[in-house]
Amino acid sequence: MDGPDPILGPGQTLSSVTEKISSIVLGRGNTTPGWIFGAFISFCLLMLLNTVITLLAIKGVGIWGINIPVAWGFAITNFVWWIGIGHAGTLISAFLLLLHQKWRTSINRFAEAMTIFAVMCAGMFPLLHMGRPWLFYYLMPYPNPMWLWPQFRSPLVWDVFAVSTYFTVSLLFWFVGLIPDLATLRDRATGKIKKIIYGIFSMGWRGSATHWARYEFASILLAGLATPLVVSVHTVVSFDFTIAIVPGWHSTIFPPYFVAGAIYSGFAMVLTLAIPLRKYYHLQNMVTDRHIDIMAKVMLATGIIVAYSYVMEMFMAFYSANPFERAQFVERMTGQYAVVFWTLITFNLVIPQLLWWQKVRRHQMTVFLISLIVNIGMWLERFVIIVVSLHHEYEPSKWYMFFPTRWDWATFAGTIGMFFLLFYLFIRFLPMISIVEMRTLVHETSETGSHAGLYPVPPEA
Amino acid sequence: MAQIFHRSSNMIARLSIAGAVILLGALTVILYEIALSPWYTNERVTLQQPVPFSHRHHAGELGIDCRYCHTAVEKSWYAGVPPTQTCMTCHSQIWTNADMLEPVRQSYRTGVSLQWNKLNELPEFVYFNHSIHVAKGIGCTTCHGPIATEPMTYKTGTLYMSWCLECHRDPAKFVRPESEVFNPFYAQPTYGAPVTFEGVKYTDQATLGSVLVKKYQLQTYQYCSTCHR
Repeated sequence: MDGPDPILGPGQTLSSVTEKISSIVLGRGNTTPGWIFGAFISFCLLMLLNTVITLLAIKGVGIWGINIPVAWGFAITNFVWWIGIGHAGTLISAFLLLLHQKWRTSINRFAEAMTIFAVMCAGMFPLLHMGRPWLFYYLMPYPNPMWLWPQFRSPLVWDVFAVSTYFTVSLLFWFVGLIPDLATLRDRATGKIKKIIYGIFSMGWRGSATHWARYEFASILLAGLATPLVVSVHTVVSFDFTIAIVPGWHSTIFPPYFVAGAIYSGFAMVLTLAIPLRKYYHLQNMVTDRHIDIMAKVMLATGIIVAYSYVMEMFMAFYSANPFERAQFVERMTGQYAVVFWTLITFNLVIPQLLWWQKVRRHQMTVFLISLIVNIGMWLERFVIIVVSLHHEYEPSKWYMFFPTRWDWATFAGTIGMFFLLFYLFIRFLPMISIVEMRTLVHETSETGSHAGLYPVPPEA
Repeated sequence: MAQIFHRSSNMIARLSIAGAVILLGALTVILYEIALSPWYTNERVTLQQPVPFSHRHHAGELGIDCRYCHTAVEKSWYAGVPPTQTCMTCHSQIWTNADMLEPVRQSYRTGVSLQWNKLNELPEFVYFNHSIHVAKGIGCTTCHGPIATEPMTYKTGTLYMSWCLECHRDPAKFVRPESEVFNPFYAQPTYGAPVTFEGVKYTDQATLGSVLVKKYQLQTYQYCSTCHR
């Protein structure tokens, strides 16, 4: 190969980009059978979630398989999994914006949407896990006649602040980025109602120089706010475990290990979404093979950090000479849940090594399958950390098995339905690629005559 | 292209930002005030009773000791509601034909207890013990209010946790000498009306309170499990 692939397909102009992206939203006949089918399946799963929540409100958390000592079953596993998925969106949109990585342009919008929907799914689990979700406001410090405040020494309270901050900043960032695009949709929409709705949400955007200056400033400001969240949110989530003295949890490696795992699973989810999306909507010119290649590389890199963490965790269990810590890891490898552990190792450590080969990274179906495998692997990782650690604590009297009930599975499937329904609605009603940023990219590319930004033009030898 | 929105939309949009902030603030204040109002707490609200029993008459004007009727208050978590026989110790002799007391006599004849409507009802997840409170210098009127002036009894606390914690965090503000626990007319010491304890005159509650807290070894128990067992 001579030189890297472009990050923008050939023949793109300012108007073709706008036309292509906005026609997916505004064009007639875009509610395709495929869209309806997918959205319907997701809707059914969402209704399943409604059923579970209703049952949970009536009967309590006993419908799940949790009990003492495994009090954190699927709910917290799913929480950590979903919130981890969100991290890739923030990394792409904020971190890479500050680092001037141009290739983020065509994927940041739907990656951010993925973040928001994933955090919504994640946020539900701690609330449902409380058993009385209608008392959710107890989590926040608010003036009350009980004179009662949350226990600020508990990482579970830090979690509330971490997740709610994350959600707020992500939502604002996403919305600010959407405003010029919403104005484009408002101007291109034909129906009166569409004009009004897009008009309200574009907040009177006229594209004046003042508007652009403020837009740029707000974007950079929010990117600056969101960037530390890439690292901090999953760090706080890992504190939920490390602050406790359960063998297998009480470890200083957890914060970086969790952050790497979050980005790993997040990029896997971005790939899971991007590959079918670009094929179905013929977006290969914007989300190019090169994008998939780069994301696969990021996945490989974070996967190696995760692998290192696994090895260090096991090494420290051996090196610390703590009998309980050692017993925990022996139990993981050879105990009742050994199958889960070895599946996790295969899915997260072994199979992704295929991504070292460019041929694999360029083969869409293979990358898609690997991204699915990593998603499953990362879910299993959280299961192993939470359930397997809890099922084998210090004393034999605390050694119990956890078996998920059908409602455990139904809750998990339900949030997957909720996530995908929101995503289906998003791709139908909002531009899934940022029109403004793509136009900027087209402009820059045509100006320099090369694909500016991604690689500096090498000086003539 | 025709305008979609009227030019006033800009102002409406700006005002709605301020409006949302004000509305949220107002909603918080209103909800909090409702939670503290007698409409919600039943504080100072009298209930219909089978007999219009007056604490002002019995405890105030006649000076009957609290423990004459509420016999278990020093021994038990529950102060106790007197049986009909207690009423009849006097009312078999006086006011024997009063129409007002017919339910009492009927209860005495049939052996079926009077059904009083409870005013101070604690939720089941709270453990409360009368005996320890009266043993440590917390008077009846500290919680039950000016009972000896109430023709019809009402509750004088919200029974919210904040109401309990007000004293549990700083009992010196409320404690009184043990000899005054059952005095329904006890008033906290002032310069004009000092309270004597062990031969010393105290003219303010702060000083008396700190002495009594040491003397009675009052604990500021604020563990959850003190009350939520």
